[in-house]
Amino acid sequence: MNYRGLAKEIELKIHSDRPARKWPVEAFFKWGTFAFAFLIIVLLIWMIIAIAIQSQLSLEKFGFQFLTSTDWDPVKGLFGALPFIYGTIVSSIVAIAVAAPISIGVALFLTEMAPKWLRTPIGFLIELLAAIPSILFGLLGLFVFVPFVREWIQKPIGKILGWFPLFSGAPIGLGMLSAGLLLAIMIIPIITALARDIIGNVPNIQKEGALALGATRWEMIWKVVLPYARSGILGAVILGLGRALGETMAVTMVIGNRAEIKASLFAPSHSMAAVIANEFTEATGDLYLSSLIEVGLILFLVTFLLNALARFLIWSVAKGPKGGIRA
Amino acid sequence: MAKEMRTEKLQAWYGSLHILKGIDMVIEKNSITAIIGPSGCGKSTFVRCLNRMHEVVDGTKVEGKVWFEGQDVYDQQIDPVDIRRKIGMVFQKPNPFPTMSIYDNVAAGLKLNGIRNKKILNEAVERSLRMAALWDEVKDRLNYSGMSLSGGQQQRLCIARALAIQPEIILMDEPASALDPISTSHIEDLVVELKNEVTIVIVTHNMQQAARIADTTAFFLNGNLVEHDKTDKMFMSPCDKRTEDYLTGRFG
Ligand SMILES: Nc1ncnc2c1ncn2[C@@H]1O[C@H](COP(=O)(O)OP(=O)(O)OP(=O)(O)O)[C@@H](O)[C@H]1O
Ligand SMILES: [Mg+2]
Repeated sequence: MNYRGLAKEIELKIHSDRPARKWPVEAFFKWGTFAFAFLIIVLLIWMIIAIAIQSQLSLEKFGFQFLTSTDWDPVKGLFGALPFIYGTIVSSIVAIAVAAPISIGVALFLTEMAPKWLRTPIGFLIELLAAIPSILFGLLGLFVFVPFVREWIQKPIGKILGWFPLFSGAPIGLGMLSAGLLLAIMIIPIITALARDIIGNVPNIQKEGALALGATRWEMIWKVVLPYARSGILGAVILGLGRALGETMAVTMVIGNRAEIKASLFAPSHSMAAVIANEFTEATGDLYLSSLIEVGLILFLVTFLLNALARFLIWSVAKGPKGGIRA
Repeated sequence: MAKEMRTEKLQAWYGSLHILKGIDMVIEKNSITAIIGPSGCGKSTFVRCLNRMHEVVDGTKVEGKVWFEGQDVYDQQIDPVDIRRKIGMVFQKPNPFPTMSIYDNVAAGLKLNGIRNKKILNEAVERSLRMAALWDEVKDRLNYSGMSLSGGQQQRLCIARALAIQPEIILMDEPASALDPISTSHIEDLVVELKNEVTIVIVTHNMQQAARIADTTAFFLNGNLVEHDKTDKMFMSPCDKRTEDYLTGRFG
């Protein structure tokens, strides 16, 4: 053996004092990354302030009432955002309620159940779905999906559960339910793709630990795989929620665009993003415009609040037993 | 001595890699069988075949028979889940469940089998932790995460977890390779004590350990069982030249 070997190079590079760097890389990275992070915060604050300034007129005129009023009457100059807030939140909740279980199921199928040769092509298709522009979903939604929902979902459910306020009223297709379901279809690919990666990263040794105790495959998934992956999966769901909250084009094409709050999911509704996109070009008068911009400000805050709430949820779920090292 | 288990022309593959090349071996009831051999010779693969854990990995294959309780473990009729409940396993690397508390880790196997009675669970958890020589260290923080323990404590937790469901056979794949000498000797004491009631197969790289505790020792080399005999006999006067070379460190 020749430990010192031929490599004088090693000797020189490692053991001799390093020459001073020409420019300080470490410091550059430290301050560079800090600057970028700081930039994001500045951008965020600047956006809030800019939007707030633009909506000053309506902020001053309606004050807090803007959040609680259901009147949206441009002719009379009355503006209240509650129907839009309600529509955005409820359609997103419907979307998450439908999309989350399906996505997690598909992700589990892809990682734990599907034969090897099937995993890559299906995974690829799902990623492709995630990349379809939302206007296409909107078009398909209007011409294919809405009639489908009307005939095959609203009519049967209405027949059986029509007495229940949530499913009452005429099955017209356009409305909250269609918007929620279409949103669900749109966010399933994202949640699935993320959840699949997260579940796929659960260490084999964990799964084998469960199997060696005599767990069935299902018990292994339920008791070990999902708990291990839970905070990551919740994160994936939240990302889907974010997309549902902000989605504009597809929602406006199927939600019915009526600024009303109805208990029934079958009734037409409206959303914050949709009303801005729809009425922006025809907003006559400064107050009208300002009100629309304030709706944008609220959308921003609602998204922010829901994300914060979801973070809190992740944090409280992921904490696990005392003394755990997982964040 | 009564036979607990017998393998017959047991072969195993990882993909196209032929790892076990026909193992015929008898494992006696209420005894400790040590498996020794150079790294990569197939010791882990062999014990994983005994409780049908080998097939859990994609692309693996097993041929041959493993007789246990009068049946072939690989028989079509047999559910591997039942086998794994009767043949427990401790892995080389500690793998406590990170989202469960210490208590729940130990109780996990019992709960899987539908035991809900708090009293039984409490008893089983304490007994298992005592046997694994961990009770005194954790009795005041049973609701802490299993991940809050040191590596060696985690391994003893995994041993307790395996003991809790009272398997007939316990397969241990280098259970002490991450343990300090004191914990190691605790584990060795445990194994010796357990053999009155349980059959133990233990993979080890520690010759002294094999000599101290094992009733019989099996020497594996390149996927073959070279020699399997009473431990004293193996270490004093092995029949095979290769065994002697390995034991005296004159190998390769
Ligand atoms: N998941 C796997 N995929 C492919 N080959 C594997 C896999 N696991 C093990 N092998 C191969 O199987 C052979 C036997 O491995 P095994 O783990 O049984 O060895 P071992 O005797 O337990 O070694 P060690 O003492 O290092 O634990 C090795 O050559 C290894 O390369
Ligand atoms: Mg091994």
